[in-house]
Amino acid sequence: MATGIRDKVAIIGMGCTKFGERWNDGSEELMVEAFQECLEDAGIERKDIQAAWLGNCFDEAGVGKSALPVSMALRLPNISATRVENYCASGTEAFRGAVYAVASGACDIALAIGVEKLKDIGYGGLPEFSSLMGVVNQLWMANMTAPGAFAMLATGYAAKYGLDINEVKKALAHVSVKSHANGVLNPKAHLRKIVTEEQVLNAPQIAYPLGLFDCCGVSDGSACAIVTTPEIAKSLGKKDLVSVKALQLSLSNGTEFAYDWDGAHFITTSKASTAAYKEAGIKNPREEISMMEVHDCFSITELVTMEDLHISERGQAPKDVMDGFYDLDGGVPCQVDGGLKCFGHPIGASGLRMLYEMYLQLHGRAGDRQLKDPKIGLTHNLGGFPFMNVCSIAIVGKYGA
Amino acid sequence: MIGITSYGGYIPRYRLSRMTIVENMAWYSPVIMAVANGEKSVANWDEDAVSMAVAAARDCMTGRDRNTLDGVSLASTTLPFADRLNAGIVAAALNMKENGVSNADFTSCIKAGTTAAISALGSIEAGNKNSVLVVASDQRRTKMATMVEMFFGDGAAALLFGKDDVIAEFKGSHSVNCDFIDHYRGAGKEFDYGWEERWQRDEGYGKIIPQAIGGFLEKTGMKIDDFDKVIYPCYFGGTHKGIAGKLGINKEKVQNNMHAVCGDTGTAHPFVMFVSALEEAKPGDKLLLASFGQGCDVMAFEVTDRIKDFKGPNGITGSLANRAELVSYQRYSKFRDLIVADLGIRGEANPSSALTVLWRKRKMLLGLVGAKCRKCGTPQFPAMPVCVNPDCWAVNEFDEYEFADKEAGILMFTGDMLAASVDPPATYGLIGYDGGGRTMLDFTDCSLDQVKVGMKVKMSFRKRYFDEKRGFTGYFWKAVPLLEGGDA
Repeated sequence: MATGIRDKVAIIGMGCTKFGERWNDGSEELMVEAFQECLEDAGIERKDIQAAWLGNCFDEAGVGKSALPVSMALRLPNISATRVENYCASGTEAFRGAVYAVASGACDIALAIGVEKLKDIGYGGLPEFSSLMGVVNQLWMANMTAPGAFAMLATGYAAKYGLDINEVKKALAHVSVKSHANGVLNPKAHLRKIVTEEQVLNAPQIAYPLGLFDCCGVSDGSACAIVTTPEIAKSLGKKDLVSVKALQLSLSNGTEFAYDWDGAHFITTSKASTAAYKEAGIKNPREEISMMEVHDCFSITELVTMEDLHISERGQAPKDVMDGFYDLDGGVPCQVDGGLKCFGHPIGASGLRMLYEMYLQLHGRAGDRQLKDPKIGLTHNLGGFPFMNVCSIAIVGKYGA
Repeated sequence: MIGITSYGGYIPRYRLSRMTIVENMAWYSPVIMAVANGEKSVANWDEDAVSMAVAAARDCMTGRDRNTLDGVSLASTTLPFADRLNAGIVAAALNMKENGVSNADFTSCIKAGTTAAISALGSIEAGNKNSVLVVASDQRRTKMATMVEMFFGDGAAALLFGKDDVIAEFKGSHSVNCDFIDHYRGAGKEFDYGWEERWQRDEGYGKIIPQAIGGFLEKTGMKIDDFDKVIYPCYFGGTHKGIAGKLGINKEKVQNNMHAVCGDTGTAHPFVMFVSALEEAKPGDKLLLASFGQGCDVMAFEVTDRIKDFKGPNGITGSLANRAELVSYQRYSKFRDLIVADLGIRGEANPSSALTVLWRKRKMLLGLVGAKCRKCGTPQFPAMPVCVNPDCWAVNEFDEYEFADKEAGILMFTGDMLAASVDPPATYGLIGYDGGGRTMLDFTDCSLDQVKVGMKVKMSFRKRYFDEKRGFTGYFWKAVPLLEGGDA
């Protein structure tokens, strides 16, 4: 009988670069920058790391195949290293690899690092992926981009709850306004500018009904974590441990796309969050979760995710959003560091960047945006498309909480 | 009895008013004003001779078993492949059987449609075949501000020939073949090269069509007055009339050349005009059809009683009624690739199409054939080895299931300005088919502001991409929202 991951692994160090258009830095520079901070934070030496996982999505446009880029860049001591890719869940997947390795007893100390260098392609948005979806899919799938694929969800959501699309857009505007307000407080965030709901609503349309401010930043960056067992962490003199409470992954199997789905929620997120709460021993997430970093690649993704995390009731996310429940001073502050929206979204790094914020908050090191005494933080990634996706959820918190 | 057993037609939804061309281009060539009345049909950017042929062929086969066909012939001068049977693409899009059929392309001349028809009738007469579908289609590019830009439209029409349930009996044919060149298009050239109009009119249409019809009458002993409709293409209005005069045909018995409503559709035009005539024909009517191009084919038909109960196809009249004006000449020019607009770096992605996949998945990619689970009855697309129904998950227990003739409803959609597209925003969405099954498709023949969740769509076979580097045209199916009128 599986006992789950709760409190079996502790995070002893984390690092994260400033996200943004890092024109003068490549993947190597970004990884080293995050890694040096992480190593110093952990207070260990490079040779103490026994295994590494690299999360990276668009290897074709960035690091290239295999985990050699991380082994070479960090001059890892010929240890095992594995590159993982699972769309936008790639960073959390790297973390899962490292955490499971430690939990299994296969190694004592492991590294998870994510990186994405997106600004080497010469055009806005993510790299064109139509030819990266397989030889069959490229011959028939719709001519989609990420904003378009997620924008559809807004039409599905409005139809399901009988809402005027403009009502939905208003709530979406508040989602982005809130994240911009949080991003201003974060020196490492890509976008650090207040925006108004009016600005958001009047922005140029990218994919109906989403406008420019409904879309997250496309950024370069890297983030990493060093994990070990609570026992080893204590033996290293670590106090106020941050431990892993749950790690869950859920993938679509074609149901949404080809069978039955309301077009207004994420089947995977709904399942992964339920499993994660069970693993973490959380009964009432609306009360027990102190803070969240969710996958706000687009404002509509965040809005719908609030319901799939079972924090807002079905159909009630717009109301909770408008009530400020997810604002920095709300019931469950969300996108505390600015989110993908403003911190930025270097895909392979994003899951680890979210954990970085939870880790800083739990240690009381989050500066101007520090929340009062957070105990449990949830991170969420959604890779792919609303109708066909990979969802990862991590819950971390104070050890023993 | 041998003859026509069904017909079908397809005129693209978009129409360009000739005054729009004049307003934009008469500064360059004022002479185009002379024929500025009416409008021409314009294929959408994702349509070509093959996709329009599929539309006409499917229309012709409405409510009929496509597996009874012994072959499909495709006639066109604008086929996308010089070496790959274009009719074979049409056959695959019809999900026809592959064994025991004989498909063929008839090309290089705008009378290829009637030539294919005579060939089909010959093989049926000889007892070699029972049922042959002949489709004619053309989508000719023309240079800006030319008379042919004014005259030419795009379209397709199909005739099904056979022995059973004949609606128009074949009464004989006669052909003239000669190397008369009014215009030509050299191999690999983009545009027609034509001699002066006087030559085309007076020595071409004006002489060869009367000569061929005269030859037919002489051969069969029939009189021109025996015919209730005489149908022949000629986009020069005066010459079209003049031919009737020469042959002594009453004005009302001459089939209109359709300049006003769609223009001359090239290889398709004799069929397009003929189908229009059939749509109005009564039992007992005699129809005389002639084509033109390096000679002339003449064919005679007599309409039977069965025309009274014949229904099904949308035909030429139906597709002419599905009309939206293309108000922008620039947009038309972009559709025909006459002007260069930047597709952006995102549009540079150019993977080759795996020929192995095209073979393995031909039913899926060209026929829009999915699967229906034998255990739970769920229709699904694409077909996978394991049933998509989570309460079933049967393995390899499927029957083929055709989605191409199913209507669907829009479940969610977007109009995407980021996607590289010839006609942005790229509009697409998730659709749910009547009777079950759902998938995501590109939408076409609509504008974003017309699309709503819940709106009905039908399936349309379209050009998906053109791989310029390798010269490969890829096709798939798109969803066409069922709209009433509107401008584009």
